[in-house]
Order: sequence, then structure tokens, then C-alpha cells
Amino acid sequence: MGILEVKGVNKRFGGLQALGDVNLDVAENSVHAIIGPNGAGKSTLLNCLVGKLIPDTGSVMFEGQSVLGRKPYEINQMGISRVFQTPEIFGDLTVLENMMIPCFAKRDGAFRMHAFEHSFNEKGIIEHAEAMLEDMNMADKRNEHSASMSRGDKRRLEIAMCLAQDPKLLLLDEPTAGMARADTNNTIDLLKRIKSEREITIAIIEHDMHVVFSLAERITVLAQGSPLVEDTPENIKGHPKVREAYLGEAAA
Amino acid sequence: MLGLNKKDSVLLLVVTLLAICAPFILNPFPTGSAMAQFNAGYPDLMQRFVIFGIFAIGFNILFGLTGYLSFGHAAFLGVGSYSAVWMFKLLSMNIIPAITLSVLVAGVFALLIGYVSLRRSGIYFAILTLAFAQMSFNLAYSVLTPITNGETGLQLALDDPRILDAAPANAGSLPYPSLFGFEMSDTYIMSAGAWQFQFSVGYYVCAIVLLVSFYLAMRLFRSPFGMMLRAIKSNQQRMNYTGLNARPYALAAFVISGMYAGLAGGLMASMDPLAGAERMQWTASGEVVLMTILGGAGTLIGPVLGAGFIKYFENIFSKINDNILHQWFAFMPDGIEDIMVTIVHPFIGKGWHLTLGILFMLVVTFLPGGLVEGGQRIGRLFRRRKTGRNDNADSTDSTKKPAE
Repeated sequence: MGILEVKGVNKRFGGLQALGDVNLDVAENSVHAIIGPNGAGKSTLLNCLVGKLIPDTGSVMFEGQSVLGRKPYEINQMGISRVFQTPEIFGDLTVLENMMIPCFAKRDGAFRMHAFEHSFNEKGIIEHAEAMLEDMNMADKRNEHSASMSRGDKRRLEIAMCLAQDPKLLLLDEPTAGMARADTNNTIDLLKRIKSEREITIAIIEHDMHVVFSLAERITVLAQGSPLVEDTPENIKGHPKVREAYLGEAAA
Repeated sequence: MLGLNKKDSVLLLVVTLLAICAPFILNPFPTGSAMAQFNAGYPDLMQRFVIFGIFAIGFNILFGLTGYLSFGHAAFLGVGSYSAVWMFKLLSMNIIPAITLSVLVAGVFALLIGYVSLRRSGIYFAILTLAFAQMSFNLAYSVLTPITNGETGLQLALDDPRILDAAPANAGSLPYPSLFGFEMSDTYIMSAGAWQFQFSVGYYVCAIVLLVSFYLAMRLFRSPFGMMLRAIKSNQQRMNYTGLNARPYALAAFVISGMYAGLAGGLMASMDPLAGAERMQWTASGEVVLMTILGGAGTLIGPVLGAGFIKYFENIFSKINDNILHQWFAFMPDGIEDIMVTIVHPFIGKGWHLTLGILFMLVVTFLPGGLVEGGQRIGRLFRRRKTGRNDNADSTDSTKKPAE
């Protein structure tokens, strides 16, 4: 039984069947990639996992508990963190403050009225945040305005913010989209390192086959809202159906 | 000091000094001189500076930190005023129960209005708060006449019960709000040569409340709670996906800012014990938005500066009339004098809104960070000049300062 189990999920937008009977089983401590051509329903599926969308039918279970009907922040508190396609960080805040917020969320839960302490007297939080920055080689940027950083740095910060909460499942939505080769390779190395250092399950949606084949242990191919194949990277590479879905019939 | 870092302590000290010395600072011109009309050091106006300062500090906790633009905050101020006057009528002329009730009632109101309005954000939130405020205004103006006394406004009367107060010695005249025997209207006038300085109990009570409000706002700005509020403004999406529930944070900010408005309303009624529905009108809500933006939204001192700025214009510029203008331009030849007066005329007296509008446009266009940004730019300019003169001056001085 996997840490994340998706069973018979359907989602329609008006006349469009975005997801049709999707089944997915992500094994604990694995790296599972979900690939597929544009419009295959990858992002819709991801949004159903984190509470942004509610599927019309089907079930989504995380560690044996249903996530359906829960708000995004509740699902996050269950142990699912999400990295967005374009880095979502707190642009008006400094890098250190960005790091401190997930640390607070981990310690204090979804809401706590702590209006009278000074943020910088929160020694435990600061140590945690600084250790995370150190780990990401960003300690020298701690007082920088996060909006002014490069895209690669923003991505690293966002991943660090997700990791600060010690999630059981990290969801990545095209983490290298629009990145230069060097940044992409850095992100791959970072994710490999995270996987080797922690007990964490990673589910990744990606277009870039180089990223997918460097990281994934299992791959699910989505096409037109339904899973086409699920297999190991070696088997997926030569699979005729996958080639057909990606490259069209001529190539197959 | 008091759980603040050095920079904040200095700011608090400066504000304290300014508040204590306001009767001197605001009265720079000798009484009777031609410039005396620019003096703002009389109790009535000083109280207004401080009360609207408190109002704007509270508004800034909501707007400056979370970015939620409320167009209905005057409703809380009005509710606070009515509560205070009712306390004066029923319980006692002591201002402490009156102000306490103002804050509590405004807080409950803010909880109700905030709970509904915060289901939406952006323009819809602004419109919802505006709608609630206009509803409150109309309730106060007509429907709830037994409680609010409609368009006449709620006033004290000789036959009010005031159950805690002993029968006044001078029964036959209305009592004044007081604090343990000190009446708010008591004023000591100090004459020093041609100058006259007025020290009123009411002003100093307001000033103490301002300092406490300012200090609390400062603590809130620097707290983890304040950080969460800034996170709401910065990226609500990320906040939700970081396991934080933005709604109660925003609601808490809304209630706190509503309580600040109620406090301002209660103080206003304590200085002059009457409450009218016009205090709740949308123009009054708009005014506090202007104050906050003009001074610098999201900064600590900005809203207080903005409030002082606008109230100064409202009270000083509106008093200049054509006769005064003729005096000013008297040195010019007759024809030109008349032309000058005609040109300046629309901007003074009842036209002070025009002057304020132009200044507001200039500030927002050229100093998006408000008056505080203006101050910071001037400060930086001076520092750069200093470092320019000393060839071996350290460059750390010119590094970017974090926002106030």
C-alpha cells in the first residue's frame, strides 16, 4: 500500500473530461514521476491532491486518510508540501523571514495569536531557519529581499521552505520549467541529495525527460486525462504507447 | 528597551518627546503675529491630531500589513463614540469605563463585519466593508434613532442617570468628562513673552493613549503574528500551502484595527461628549485611507504623520480667507494683488480639499511610500553627501536599510 493512493478520480470542466478514472499509487520513500503531453491532466491531478480542486468522483487517500474536502492548509499540515511551477515565495519578505514562516507553521499549527513576542527572539525558529538556509547554501542571502533573487534561487528557497516543515510527501509541479540547463542540473542534484538524506516521498510532474529519467524510480504516463502506463523508467523509455502519446503516430 | 530593538526604541522615544512637547512645537509663532494663524498648538486641534493618529495606526495594522483595504473603518469609530457617550449618560463621567466599552463594542462589531467581509478579497472586500459602513451610517442616522438620537446626534442631558457619579454641586449645568477629578477640558495657559502655550488635560490623556497604542502596534509589527500578516499581503497562495490558515490571521488583524478605531471614537467622545452619525459616513472612512497612504502604508510612523498632515490642512488652510490673502499680497501693485488673490482663492478656505488633493497626487506619484519614503530619501541624500566628502568614508553606510 502506498503513501498516496488515488482511486477512480474523475474531474470534468464543463464538457471537458480533464481526468478520467485516474488510479495512482505512490510508494513510500520513492520518487514517482507523472509525465504526459500538454493537456494530459497532470496539473489537474496535482490540484486534486492538494485540495485546490475537488474531484467529481473517486478517492484520494494519504497515509490511509482521505484528503478530499480538506482545505489546502489542512492537507499541508497532514504532511504534503507543494512546490509550484513558478516559484511561490513571500516576495515582500527577506529570505530569512521566508524560511521562518514554515518553521512557525510546523511548530504552531495553522493559527496562533503570538502578537507580543519579538520574531527575532524566537531562537528555536531562527536556528531551524538558518540551518535550512545553510543546508541550501543560501546563508549569505539571509537578509536579501526574496523578490530580487534569481529564479534558480527562488526555486531553491521554495524547496527549502517546503522541507522545513519536514513533509512526508513533496509534490513538485514542473520544478525546472523555464530554467537554464545549469539551473536544471542543480535542481536535479538538489532533489537527489534531499532524497538520499531524508525519509521522504517525492512525486514530480515534469516535461523535461532528462529530469524525469535522472530522478524517477517509477513513472506514470498520463494522456488525455487517463493513465496510459505505469512502469520503471527503463521500460517507459522504449514503450510504444508512450512514444505515440508524445511524438504522434508517425514516430511510433 | 521594553522588548524593542534599538532602532524601534529610538523611534518610540522620539514620538514620546514630540507628544510631550507638542504644545511648544506646534506654536512656533507669537500670538497676535501675522503668522499666528498657522499655529496648531491649541488643545482641540492637538487632540484631533492624536486621535486620528490612533485611528490611522489601527487602520494601518489591517491595510499596511495584510493589504486588505477596508472602506468602512469609520463605522467602528462611530460605534466607539456612541458607546462612550452612552457610558457618560448612564454610568459615570469617568472616561475609563467609556473608553473600555468603546473598544469592546467596536471589537464585536469588527468581528461580525470582518467575518463576513473577509470571505472575499481585493475590490470585493473593499465594497463589502463600504456597504456595511453605509448600513451602519443609515441605521445610526434614522432607523436606530432611540439609541443614536438620529441627525441631532447623541448628547448629554441634565436628567441622565449617571448612577456612579454623586450629584454634581453645580446641578443645572452639564458635567464634563473627567479622569479621577481631572476634567478633560482643564487647560493651563503659559505665557512666555509674546508666545502662549496651552497645556490641556485632554490632550495629555490622548497623548498617553497614543503612545500606548503606538507601542502595542510596534510590538505587533515585529511579532510572528505581524510576520504572518505581511505574508498574507505578500502571497496568500504560498501561505495556504504552508499549512497556515490565512482567514483567522486576517480576521484578528481586522478586529484589532476595529478596536483601535473604537478607541479613537471613544477618545473623541471623551474630549467632546457628543456623537453624530456623520462620523460614520464613507467620507470619514476614505479619510483614514488617505492618511495611511499619504504617510506611508505599512510603516510604523507613517499613519501618524499622515493623520497630522491632513488634520493640519483641514483646520488651518480652511481658515484662510480672501482678507488674509489680500494682507499677504498687499506689497504688490493693486492689479497684480487682485490677480494673485483670484489665483490662490480656489485653494484655500473651503477649497482646502483641492490643495490636499493635489498634494496627495504628488505624494502618491513621486513618493509611493508616502511621507516616510520622502524622509528616508532625504536622509539617504544627506548620508551620501557626507560619504562623498570624506574620501575614505565607509561604504556600509549607504547599504539599503530594511523598511521601517
